[in-house]
Amino acid sequence: MSLDTVKRAENTPDERQPYAELGMKIDEYERVRQILGRRPTGSELAIYSVMWSEHCSYKSSKVHLRQFGTKAPKSEALLVGMGENAGVVDIGDGWAATFKIESHNHPSYVEPHQGAATGVGGIVRDIMSMGARPIAVMDALRFGAADAHDTRRVLPGVVEGISHYGNCLGLPNIGGEVVFDPCYIGNPLVNALCVGLLRKDQIKLAVAPGPGNKVVLFGALTGPDGIGGASVLASATFEDESQAKRPSVQVGDPFMEKLLIECCLELYQADVVVGIQDLGAAGVSCATTELAAKGTGGMDVKLDLVPLRDPSLRPEEILMSESQERMMAVVTPDDIDAFMAICAKWDIPATVIGEVTDGGRLVMTWHGEVIVDIPPGTAADEGPVYERPFHEPAGQTALNDDGPGRLARPADLRATLLELLGSPNLASKEWVTSQYDRYVRGNTVLAQPADAGVLRISEAMPGAEETTRGIALATDGNGRYTRLDPYAGAQLALSEAYRNVAVTGATPLAVTNCLNFGSPEDPEVMWQFSEAVRGLADACKTLGVPVTGGNVSFYNQTGSVPIHPTPVVGVLGVIDDVALRVRTGFTGEGDRIVLLGETEEEFGGSEWAHVAHGHLGGLPPVARLESERDLALVLTEAASRGLLTGSHDLSDGGLAIALAEACIAQGVGCEVSLTGDDAFVDLFSESSARALVTVAPESFDAFAQLCAARDVPCYGLGTTGGDSLKVEGVLEIPVTELRKTHTSTLPGIFG
Amino acid sequence: MSSARVGVVTFPGTLDDQDAARAVRHAGGEAVPLWHADPDLKGVDAVFLPGGFSYGDYLRCGAISRFAPLMEELIPAAKAGLPVLGTCNGFQILCEAHLLPGALMRNAGLHYICRDQGIRVENTATPWTSDFTEGQEIVLPVKHGEGRYVADEATLSALEAGGQVVFRYVGGNPNGSLNDIAGIRNEAGNIVGLMPHPEHAVEDLTGAPSTDGRGFFSSILKNLVNA
Repeated sequence: MSLDTVKRAENTPDERQPYAELGMKIDEYERVRQILGRRPTGSELAIYSVMWSEHCSYKSSKVHLRQFGTKAPKSEALLVGMGENAGVVDIGDGWAATFKIESHNHPSYVEPHQGAATGVGGIVRDIMSMGARPIAVMDALRFGAADAHDTRRVLPGVVEGISHYGNCLGLPNIGGEVVFDPCYIGNPLVNALCVGLLRKDQIKLAVAPGPGNKVVLFGALTGPDGIGGASVLASATFEDESQAKRPSVQVGDPFMEKLLIECCLELYQADVVVGIQDLGAAGVSCATTELAAKGTGGMDVKLDLVPLRDPSLRPEEILMSESQERMMAVVTPDDIDAFMAICAKWDIPATVIGEVTDGGRLVMTWHGEVIVDIPPGTAADEGPVYERPFHEPAGQTALNDDGPGRLARPADLRATLLELLGSPNLASKEWVTSQYDRYVRGNTVLAQPADAGVLRISEAMPGAEETTRGIALATDGNGRYTRLDPYAGAQLALSEAYRNVAVTGATPLAVTNCLNFGSPEDPEVMWQFSEAVRGLADACKTLGVPVTGGNVSFYNQTGSVPIHPTPVVGVLGVIDDVALRVRTGFTGEGDRIVLLGETEEEFGGSEWAHVAHGHLGGLPPVARLESERDLALVLTEAASRGLLTGSHDLSDGGLAIALAEACIAQGVGCEVSLTGDDAFVDLFSESSARALVTVAPESFDAFAQLCAARDVPCYGLGTTGGDSLKVEGVLEIPVTELRKTHTSTLPGIFG
Repeated sequence: MSSARVGVVTFPGTLDDQDAARAVRHAGGEAVPLWHADPDLKGVDAVFLPGGFSYGDYLRCGAISRFAPLMEELIPAAKAGLPVLGTCNGFQILCEAHLLPGALMRNAGLHYICRDQGIRVENTATPWTSDFTEGQEIVLPVKHGEGRYVADEATLSALEAGGQVVFRYVGGNPNGSLNDIAGIRNEAGNIVGLMPHPEHAVEDLTGAPSTDGRGFFSSILKNLVNA
C-alpha cells in the first residue's frame, strides 16, 4: 500500500475513499473536501472521521447541552466549566476539586473485563490532565435482570475489570450504584467517575501555546488497540456484526497508569508542563487537533517518531489507535531535559514528536512526506452540528395513563418489606463492593454502603494549606422514572444525588452527568434526550449547582429497542469540617428518629410496582426542588452544629427500606410509629425530598426549631434501640433477619 | 529523645506507602522514604514494606521487586536483625526474597476481597507486636486477591512449633490460608509479614472502623527507643 500523501491527494482527486466505512455521511465527507479544497488523505480522513464521530463531536447533543451553560446558576465555586477535560470547583482554603463521569458501555458489553477496566483508566487520565492528583473513583452500573444468563457473564467481568484496574492504581472506590433491569440486557451501562484534587493556582489546560515549544508523547507505546474504537464501538449499535468488532476493544495496563499518575504529579510539581492532554478516544488525532486548536494555532508532528509496539502500523492506524495509558504534553525547549529526566525516573517512555507553530495548520509528516495539512479547529471544534427531529413516543400517553392505582396492594407489609429488601436492586451490593479497595491512600471517611462517599482533604500537597475540609460525592439515576417522564426523571436523578451528598453534612456544589440514551436518529429517543437535558438544566438552576462537564452516550440499544433513558447524575459537595460528617444509619441506642419531608401517595415507577407487579406506568414522583434545597440546608446546618447522630436518604423502596438499611448499618434496631393513615403508603411510597435522621434526645428541640425555621416538615417517628425493626401495630423483624435477607441475594446469584 | 526512624519503601506500583508513613508519624516516629532503585537504607532503624501492586504483580506478586537494588541492602540487613514489617504486597515480597518461608497464592474464592477482618495475635515476641497481648483479638482490613498462605507440611509444623505464626484469621478465613494464617515471623522474630493492613486502622475518622493497627507502630517505636 503506497503512502497517501497530500501531494498524491491533490493528484488523485477522484480516488474512492472509505468514508462510509469509517462512519461518515456523504455530506460530512463533502464538507471535509470543501474545507481542504481537495480530497483528504487517508490520514486526514482518519482524523476527521474520529473527531466528527458522535462520541467525540457531540453533533447530535450539542444544541441541547448548551442549556447547561445558558441556564447555569451563578456559582462562585466554578473555576473551569464545560468543554475542558473535566470541570474544576473551588472547595476553599486554596484547594480545588475536579471530577467527571464518563461511559464505557459498548466496550463493556463486548469484553466486560477490559471494557470496564479501560473505562476507569480513561476517566482517571481526564482528571490527571487537569493538573490534579486523582483521589477516588466510583461507578454507576446497569445490567439486565440479575438472574438472566448473560448478566452472569457481564456483571462479574465488569466488576473484576473495575476491581483490578482501580485497585492496582491505588484509588479507593467510594461509591456508585448497581441497578438491574431487563432493558439493559443487551446494553449494560458502565459509567465511571473520578475525582481529583489540586491547588487552585495549579490548574492545567489542554492548550499548546508558544511556537517552538515541544510536543511530547509519553506513556505506553502505541499498538493496534481499539482502532476505530471511538467511532465504531461508541457510535454503532449492536447488530450481528459485533462479533467481528471484538478485537477493537482496548486492553488496559493499570501498572503503567499508576506510574503515569506519579510521573505527571512530579512533572506538575517541577512546573515543566505548558499544556497537557490525555489520549482517549481518537488517540493522537484528538490530542494533536485539540491541543493545536486551543493554542497558537499550529503544530508540526513527525508521525513516524511515535514509538510503536507493533512496527507494522500505518500512519492512519497510529492516528486512530486508542492504546491506553498515553498522554501528550507541551513543554518549553528549556524544560525538556528536566521533563525527560522525570519520565526516566518513573520508567515512562517519552518522545518528542513535534513542535508548536504559529502557522494555523496541523502538519504531519511520515518519513519526510506530508500526509496531513489541516486547520486543526475544523476537526476539533467545527464538526457537524445536527438539529435532530424529535417527538413524544407513540405510547407515551398510554404509558402515563396506566398508573399504579390499579395494582393490588399487599395485605402483609412484613412480607412486602422483606421481598423488596432482598430484591436485586435493593439488596446489599457487598458482593460487588467488597472487590474494591476502599481504604487505599488513607483518606476515606465514608464509602459504600454510605449514602455518599466522603474523603478527607487534609493530606497537604506541597505548597497547599492545611484544611479541615472534606468532599462528598454521590451518583444517582433512575431509568424507570425517566422512561415515564424524562424531564422529571432527570430532575429526580439530580435530586437524589444532591440529597445523598447533603445527608452526610456536605453542601452540594457542582454536577457532572453521563447521559445514556438510545439512538439519536430515533425521534422518540431524541425527545427523551431533549426533555431530560431541559429538566436537568432547569433543576441545576433551581438548586444552584452548575454542570461542570460530563459525557453523552447514544446508541444504547439492541436492534430498534432502546434502553430506558438513563441520565446518571454525579454531585460533588464540600463539608467545612470533615470530622463533623454524618454517618449513614442508626449509630447508637436511644436516639430520636426523625422523618423530614412530606409523604404523598407516589408509586409510579416505584420499586414496589417493579418487584411486586413487574409494572411500569403512570408518572414518577414529583420532583420537589425547592423542598430539596431547604432539606439540604437543614441537613448541612444541623451537621455543622453537631446535632445529627446518623442519617439516611429516602429513595427507592421508601421509608421501609430506609429504616431497614438504617438498622442493618450498625446492627441497631428501632421502634417507630407511622404518622399517616395508610401504612402501605407511609412505608413504600417514593416521594422525593425526604430523609431520615437521628438526634440525641437533648438535641431534639434545637433540631425541630431549625426545621421550623426552614419550613421543612419534621416528624418524630420513635427511637433507636433493641435488636429488631418494630413498626407499631404493623410489623416487627429482627435485624439479623433483615441483614440475612439483604445480603443473601447477590451471593446467591453470582456465587 | 530523638524519634525512631522507620524507612518506608516505594517500588513502582507501591500504593500504601503514604498510609504507612502517616501511621509512623502519628505514632511519633520519623518516616523515611526509601526508593527501590536507590541501594541505600539511609541508616533507618526499621523498615516497612507497604502494600500495593509492585511491578503490576506481573510474573508473580513480589517476584520482580525482590531484585530491586534496595533489596540488595535490605536482605542482608534484615538477616542481621534489622526489624522489617511487610504488609500485603510487602509480605509477598518478603516471601519471594526468602526472608520468610512459604508463599501467597490466589484467594480460594478467586476474587479480590476488601473487608474488615477479625485477627488473633498469636505471638508478641516480635518488635512489631510487643504492645499486644497474646490471644488478643483485633480488627484490621484485608484487601488482596492473592493472600492464601501456603507452605509445605514440614514448614507449617515448624512455624507452629516455633511460635512463628504471629496472626491468625478469626470469624472466617477470607482467602483459604492454611491453618488460618494471616501473618508469620522469622525465627529471630525481627521480620514479620502479614496480609492485613495495620496502617489503615490507626485513625477514628478514616479507614477501618478500628484503631487496632496502632499497636504495631507503638510496639516498634518503643522497641527502637529502648534498644
